[in-house]
Amino acid sequence: MKKSTPRKRRPAKTSRKDFYRLRLYIAGQTPNSVVAIANLKKICEDKLRGKYVIEVVDLLEKPQLAKGDQIIAIPTLVRRLPPPVKKIIGNLSKTESVIVGLDLQPLR
Amino acid sequence: MTPARPKVARRSLAKSPTGIQGLDEVTGGGLPKGRVTLLCGSAGCGKSLLAMEFLVHGAVRYGEPGVCMDFEETEEKLRDNVASLGFDLRDLAKRKKLLVDYVAVERHEIAETGEYNLEGLFIRLGHAVKAIKAKRVVLDSIEALFSGLTDSTTLRAELRRLFQWLEEHKLTAVVTGEAGEHTLTRHGLEEYIADCVISLDHRVTEEISTRRLRIVKYRGTSHGTDEYPFLIDREGISVVPLSSLALDHKALTDRVSTGIPTLDEMMEGKGFFRGSSVLVSGTAGTGKSSLAANFASAACARGEECLYFAFEESPSQILRNMRSVGLDLERWVRKRLLHFHAMRPTSSGLEGHLATIHKMIAKVRPRVVVIDPITNLISASGTYDVKSMLMRLVDFLKVEQITSMFTNLTFAGDPHEGTAAGVSSLMDAWIVLRDSKPNGRPRRELYVLKSRGMAHSREPRELIVSERGIELGVVLTDHTLGTTVAGPSAVKFVK
Repeated sequence: MKKSTPRKRRPAKTSRKDFYRLRLYIAGQTPNSVVAIANLKKICEDKLRGKYVIEVVDLLEKPQLAKGDQIIAIPTLVRRLPPPVKKIIGNLSKTESVIVGLDLQPLR
Repeated sequence: MTPARPKVARRSLAKSPTGIQGLDEVTGGGLPKGRVTLLCGSAGCGKSLLAMEFLVHGAVRYGEPGVCMDFEETEEKLRDNVASLGFDLRDLAKRKKLLVDYVAVERHEIAETGEYNLEGLFIRLGHAVKAIKAKRVVLDSIEALFSGLTDSTTLRAELRRLFQWLEEHKLTAVVTGEAGEHTLTRHGLEEYIADCVISLDHRVTEEISTRRLRIVKYRGTSHGTDEYPFLIDREGISVVPLSSLALDHKALTDRVSTGIPTLDEMMEGKGFFRGSSVLVSGTAGTGKSSLAANFASAACARGEECLYFAFEESPSQILRNMRSVGLDLERWVRKRLLHFHAMRPTSSGLEGHLATIHKMIAKVRPRVVVIDPITNLISASGTYDVKSMLMRLVDFLKVEQITSMFTNLTFAGDPHEGTAAGVSSLMDAWIVLRDSKPNGRPRRELYVLKSRGMAHSREPRELIVSERGIELGVVLTDHTLGTTVAGPSAVKFVK
């Protein structure tokens, strides 16, 4: 499994403004990490198709990255774009909380 | 024959010295090595400072690098705080001796969307520990997590795991926690920590601040239940390791002069026992300070160092006054035998003064100590038990074999009962000074009310303070009372 590498799904015609750059912090392939990745993919495909990029960071491999985003809990999802930076924690199984937490607009 | 009992090895617990003056004494060597210690207290009690000193001293003096995970202050702020104690965090970080990781926990930033754990925190801590091969860890204050995370079940399970992790990695850790209303810490951290719990307290009574430290629990180590006063000054924290545990100091038999030959005569011609404590009480202007100054001067003349705590007058005032009664103290100051330490009684509470006294004694290592007057110390005390505090000071002086003199101001008509808080019972010798006015002619009288372990005169004598110094007149018997008193040449002590 590839880790720490951005998975880009960026189509050509998206404007910068509503483009989502998301970073998911995990620590190894734990059940919660696997669930979180699956949940995130599903939500993004439902709500942000074509307008997002997900980067998965495995802190077991890059522990030095934990400090920059003030990571305490695992999994943590950071919305790096659009501003402001938002942070949500947990395995993302409460879809409604994820949508509220990331401030996701429904697809137009 | 008695059956062989299985031998249980009584291994004493390994300790990590804190390097904080006094704390290592009251803990028998420091904090439990490779274990977690909880440090609790209300805001501003000094717990962060204590934790930080533990880390800095560990890194600088004991070759144990340390990591601080700070949940409250940023690296910059912490750097400033530590700089005020004379340590350079940036330099320590560069030399891989001390790392600080500021952990921001802000609730409004964090939404919870399902199961999680605190692995991120573990990874950060583990990363820092590995980077400098840390032996010590401070988590200050980990309770901030409770305000940031709502799932307390997860949080508690993770804290338990964190403390286990620290022990598995053989880290000596200090975890701080805010005092709760009915519990030691607001979130009950004490439930997780089995080995050592220390509580700090800061109270302000009548505008006088008092700091105290108590060892609530220390598994495998005998410790006093006393509260130890502590000071925070430019050099950081110093704890007064005054303990009321033992009464086993050695009683010395050699004697030291009072500085006044005629007073020595009243005590078998030899003066006080070395290491004893002497109380000099009397009303205003009866010559208490003069007596103390003579005692101090005699010590210096023997080549012994004397530490003189002045609570009423400045050193230069004392020097001037003593010159007027024929006593040159300045020569002893110049020879670095006599050390003055003047303090305003209201500058801190009794505990604070005791802490200072203790600190100075540790620094100067005198053979003789004068506290002039002790009255002001007592008046500076808040609600705390004055007697127990003084008892601990007196015990400490005895253990150190320091001969000490305390002067005590009493009020007219009540020459000795006014001695507050039964201080006198702690003293080995008690000299009373008083004014009297027989036939309208005022004079000062001195008598030895008690002097343990020796035959001493009990009769009052006239105390003559002149530019030639202090001298004692003849015994004032009923016959001589109120009549003229002969000069010192007439003195002859008869047992």
